[in-house]
Formats: sequence, structure tokens, C-alpha cells
Amino acid sequence: MSSFSTLATVSSGPTTVAYAEPTAPTSAAPRPSRTPTLRLRPTKGWAALNLRELWSYRDLLWILVERNIKVIHKQTALGMTWVALQPLIAAVILALIAGRVAKLPSDGTPHLLFVFCGLTIWNYFSQTAQRSSTSLINNAQLVSKVYFPRMLIPLSHTFSALVDFAVTLVMLFVFMAVYHIAPTLRLLAIPGFLFLTAITATGVALWFSSLSVKYRDTNYALPLFLQIWMWASAVIYPTSMIDSSLWQTLFALNPVVGFVEGFRWCVLGHSALTPTMLWITIGMSVLILVTGAFFFRRVERDFADII
Amino acid sequence: MSDLTLSVQNLSKSFRISHLSGGLGGYRTLHEELTTLPRRMINRLRGNGKSTSETFWALRNVSFDVNAGEVLGIIGSNGAGKSTLLKILNRITEPTLGGVDIYGRVGALLEVGTGFHPELTGRENIFLNGAILGMTRAEIKRKFDEIVAFAEVERFLDTPVKRYSSGMYVRLAFAVAAHLDPEILLIDEVLAVGDAEFQKKCLAKMEDVATKEGRTVIFVSHNMDAVCHLCSRCVLLRNGEIEKTGSASEVVANYLGGEQQELPTIEFPAIDSDASFRFAGLYRSEQEAANSFSVNEPILLNCSFNVRRQIEGLQLSFSVFNFKGERIFYSSVSMAKPAISVEAPGEHNITAVIPAHLLLPGRYSITIALHTPKTKLYDVRKHALGFRILATMLDRYDGFSGDDLGHVYANVKWQRANERGARSAISETVSVSAAS
Repeated sequence: MSSFSTLATVSSGPTTVAYAEPTAPTSAAPRPSRTPTLRLRPTKGWAALNLRELWSYRDLLWILVERNIKVIHKQTALGMTWVALQPLIAAVILALIAGRVAKLPSDGTPHLLFVFCGLTIWNYFSQTAQRSSTSLINNAQLVSKVYFPRMLIPLSHTFSALVDFAVTLVMLFVFMAVYHIAPTLRLLAIPGFLFLTAITATGVALWFSSLSVKYRDTNYALPLFLQIWMWASAVIYPTSMIDSSLWQTLFALNPVVGFVEGFRWCVLGHSALTPTMLWITIGMSVLILVTGAFFFRRVERDFADII
Repeated sequence: MSDLTLSVQNLSKSFRISHLSGGLGGYRTLHEELTTLPRRMINRLRGNGKSTSETFWALRNVSFDVNAGEVLGIIGSNGAGKSTLLKILNRITEPTLGGVDIYGRVGALLEVGTGFHPELTGRENIFLNGAILGMTRAEIKRKFDEIVAFAEVERFLDTPVKRYSSGMYVRLAFAVAAHLDPEILLIDEVLAVGDAEFQKKCLAKMEDVATKEGRTVIFVSHNMDAVCHLCSRCVLLRNGEIEKTGSASEVVANYLGGEQQELPTIEFPAIDSDASFRFAGLYRSEQEAANSFSVNEPILLNCSFNVRRQIEGLQLSFSVFNFKGERIFYSSVSMAKPAISVEAPGEHNITAVIPAHLLLPGRYSITIALHTPKTKLYDVRKHALGFRILATMLDRYDGFSGDDLGHVYANVKWQRANERGARSAISETVSVSAAS
């Protein structure tokens, strides 16, 4: 009979089926023996993550990523220059505060470089978290009119924010050259720490975006929350400021500390990051991602009704 | 030979309506949630917690099967559950009870242009919208030329869609969805937009999809002509339950003939728009609300609405539709003499008088809208009000009830041509009306 293909595959070629006779309106068609492609039933409690379906929609993910990138700088005079300008200005101000005013240590690195290094990875984290947390509300039209795995919307920002990260990273390399910091093989570990950052940010985003559907408060709370989080993490000061190694290890329960210190180790070559701290960071990142994903799946089914 | 493609079994869907004072609809801030928590807990302990919310059943025990190659129409008045049903079939929302078995891929066009991004070009939007509707990139590439040709937008492919005319926008959106190649295509009242030429093209395409390609189409519409023409079978929903299933013409007749308890007045819940309706009603006189009128009575349509800020060119308009869903006429406040402006912020209350001796006996509905012409729709209430024109003893339509006598009541002057001949009689009438 005709090809009732699965969701992922495309019904190949023309599927013109010759119907010899006009089908009579039969309300009592024999129940087919084949299994339905899709069973819609009410679900209760926790739902499976359904990663297979997510994978089958990967084309949509890339198109959403593409859209995010294209749209974000449309109709701005400076365009992509903003991506470079924002962290640069922030770094100059923060370096002045940290170095001149507060006189925070920087492990012997010039303050501007030290702060810029921290901001490079922090900005990726905060931008991903911030953009994707409001993404469901911004796409309310889509969520209430079309079906697709909703997780794709916040997820797309994890990828599109990589463009901003890449631009900042190039600037960081320029800074390194200016301050005569020789690149080492340690730079090859950057993708690893970037990955940790990405999964933490995605986890945070899944929590906040699903909460924002019901409570619009999150839109106001999150920027504040991120600001506090930045100061509570070793972004513009080193973890080595903390005297006791026990407290340093506990400090790593905040996963941002782990990947900021790790990133700094890649670029500057020195860091207070210990293997124990790294394991704690990995554990926390995965925990945030997994709980975020399950929570998202649990509340996802009501999105269209309450958004 | 028939193949089951979709089977709906005892499907029910409920919504909880909360009766919270203040606040828009169901939104609650965290603050509200926290501050009302003690009160809600006390209420629950006392056992009257139900007073704050009630369950509303949008769908109740709906069951039907659809076979391949069938076009199933779903009709019913507003709030009957049609859109909820489509949303469940399209997986946007989950059923509360019962379930649906689907054999094949579902494609839906619930609203034209969802997923279009105004800043992106036509070309980019085809890919975006296609992917959102469930196509893969390769599939879209394969269909790209066909989509562009159908939408007739070749010259504007690299223009951002925010610069498109509304007609182009609709054409492009329908074109993408129609080329989706799903086994089951869900279509909700999308043909209400676009010009007549394009509507015809869309209907033809839908017919092709079903008959030539053997796919299933589920079609929700208020346009009874289209339903009769396209659908082989039809389901009539009323208050969330199936009232009748059968051949399209039979069910449509049942729907149109059925006793409709339409209220002459209706209040609208607040929506988040700069201009929104509060109330609409039909009146015989200033006091008397009514929904049946005789041919020789004028009909008073009263609308009140709220305008939040000054809106340049804002118009209140309404259209009257006959029972087939055909528009009989349109009128807007800008046609008033002297002109009435509704642009200023505040509450407006406007009455339109539909003259007597205009409509034939029959059933009509009124759609009201607040819009700025060709740019923005602030609020539209489709078929918000219904009314009946009754035949009276005096007008001579009695003997023809049920016959198709056209669209309007023409107050034609008849007279016997006398010896001076027909032409003089006509010129007499013309000169009289010109003088008056």
C-alpha cells in the first residue's frame, strides 16, 4: 500500500496511488494491523526526553540557528561590530575597577588581559542563558500554532551564541599577541571547556525558559541573577584569592568557576583549577542540564495552553 | 479499498478557567502566586477551593475515523471545539482523556504565516517555514521552484517579507504548507484571507491533494460552500461534542437548519491589543435587543470598544455574511457622513443602522473588526453575532421559502405599462427619484 513513512524519512518520490474506485464513506473501517506512526495520549508525570525525535528535527535546529544569527544584527548600523565592541568596553571598565579601584589580584597577568579572558567565556554563558530564556515567549506564535520539539528554540541559541564567542576569541588572541603571551598546546583544550560552558548554559536556559512561560517574572529576575552570578564567580578575580584549598574546592560547586578557571588555564597557563574541582564542575554541569531537560519536558505539554 | 489514516477515540480536552480578580487571563506573577498562597490554602482546607477555578470541557468524547483520500470537513459555531480538535491532532496541545492514532505524517496550516520572520527574505522564510512545518532541507530544496511558482513571488525572493503585501505573504505561506506532502493535511480557516482568485487556486490545490494524491485532508471552515464542494464527509461539533456525522451536504443542512440559540448581545473578554472590542449587540430599538427581524425593520448594530492609544486611521468595520458564508456587504465607520473618527484613545460606543428592506429572509452572521486599512488588524470577531430575517405577511417571499432568490431584498417598483408605453413610465420614475 502507500508509503506511510516514519516521521524522519521523506516519502520518496511521487506517491500517486491509483484508487480504482472512489472510497465509500466508511466509518467502520477495519482496524489496521499496522501500528500507528503516532499515538497521542495524555501523559502524566515525568516524560522521556525523546532524543530521537530531537535528532530527526536537526534540520530545523540549524535553520533556527541561522535565523537567530541573521536576525540579531539586522537593521543596526554597526552590525557585527557590536559583537566586538560590547566585551571590549565591558573589559576596559571592569579591568579599571578590578585593577585600579579594588586592587584585586590577577595572578601576575595584566589586568585587561585577565579580565578579557574571563569575560570571553562568561559572555558566551550569559548570552546563551539570557537569549534562550526569553526565546519561548518571543516565539509564542510558533509555540501555540505549530508542533515541533519545543526544546529546539532555547537550544538554537546555544549554537548561535557561538558566533559571538568566536569573534571575542579572535580578539582575545590579538590581546595575547599584544601582551606577548605565547600560545601553547593548552589552547587545544578550549573546546572541552567551551562544551562544559555550553551544557551548563543550556541547562540554565531550559530551567528559565520553561519557567518564563508561566511566570513572566523570570524576564526581570534573570538579568539580575546573572549579574550576581558573575560577581560570585571568578570572572574578574582569580580563585587563588581564596586561601583555603577546601573552600576553593567548594567554590567549584558553582560550575562557572570551573570553566572560567579552565579557560584561563588554556589561555594564560596558570590557574587554581585542580582535578577535583574539574570533576565537581563536570558533575554540576551535567546535573543542571539533565534536570533542566526533564523539567522542560514535564511542563512542555502545557506551553501552548498558557503561553 | 480504504485505509485508516486517523482514528480519534473518546477524545476529551478540558481547560481550567481560573476566576482570579484582576490580571490578564491566566497570567499570574510569582508575586501573586505567593501572596495568594495562604488564602488558597485556607480555602482548600475549608473544602471550598473549587471556587477559584472551574473545569471547562472544550471537547467531550469525540470519536471518528478518517480514511486515506478522504476530505473531512469539521464545522460548528464558534467555541464548538473545532480549533481545539485541530490543535490536538497537530500535537500542539495534549488530550486530557482518550487518544488519537495517526498513521502517517501530519502537516498543518493552522494560521497563515506562522513561523515567518519579517526580517528574513522570502527565500530564507521558505526554508524556515518549511522546516518548522516538518520538512527537511533537502525536501524543501527539491520543492523550492514549485513553491515559488505557486506563490508567484519570483521577483521578490530576496526582499524581506516585511515589505511584502499581505496578499503575497498569504500566497507564500499557503504555498509552503501545500507542498509539504503530508499524508494528513490539517487546514483551519485559512482561506478567509487572500483574494478570490487565490482562494480558488487554494481550493483546487486542496482538491488535488486529496483526490489525485490520495491523501487525507481535514478542513475546518465557516465557508459552507467550500465545505460542501470539497468534503466527502463532515463532522458537526456543538459545545465540544459531535452532533452529527455524515455526508457533507446532509450535515451542512443540519447545521444551517438547526435551532441556534444565538444571543443578541455578546461581551468580549479583554485581549492584549491597542484596540479591542468590549461588547457588541443587535437591537430593534434602543432598548430592545433582538436577533430576529422582519424585512421592513432596520437593524441596529451596537459596538463598544476600547482604544488604548491614538491610532492613526483606525476604523471600525463590519461585514454581513449569509448562511453559506458569502459576504453580502461590508461597511466601515470611515464611510459615515459626516465622518466619525475612532482614532482617539478611550472607550467608544458606536451604532450602525442596517437599513430595512435590504436583506432577504434567512440566517445571517456579522463579523466585526478594528483595523487600519491594509496595514494592521487590531481585533476581529468572526461571526460574532447571528441574526435571522423573518418573512412577514406583507412581503411576498413567503411562497418561495427555501428557493434561491438571490442575495438582497430589492424593493422593486412594478407597474403596468399604460397606453403611453413602457418607456414613458420608466422616465417618469427616474425623473421623480432624481427630483427627490
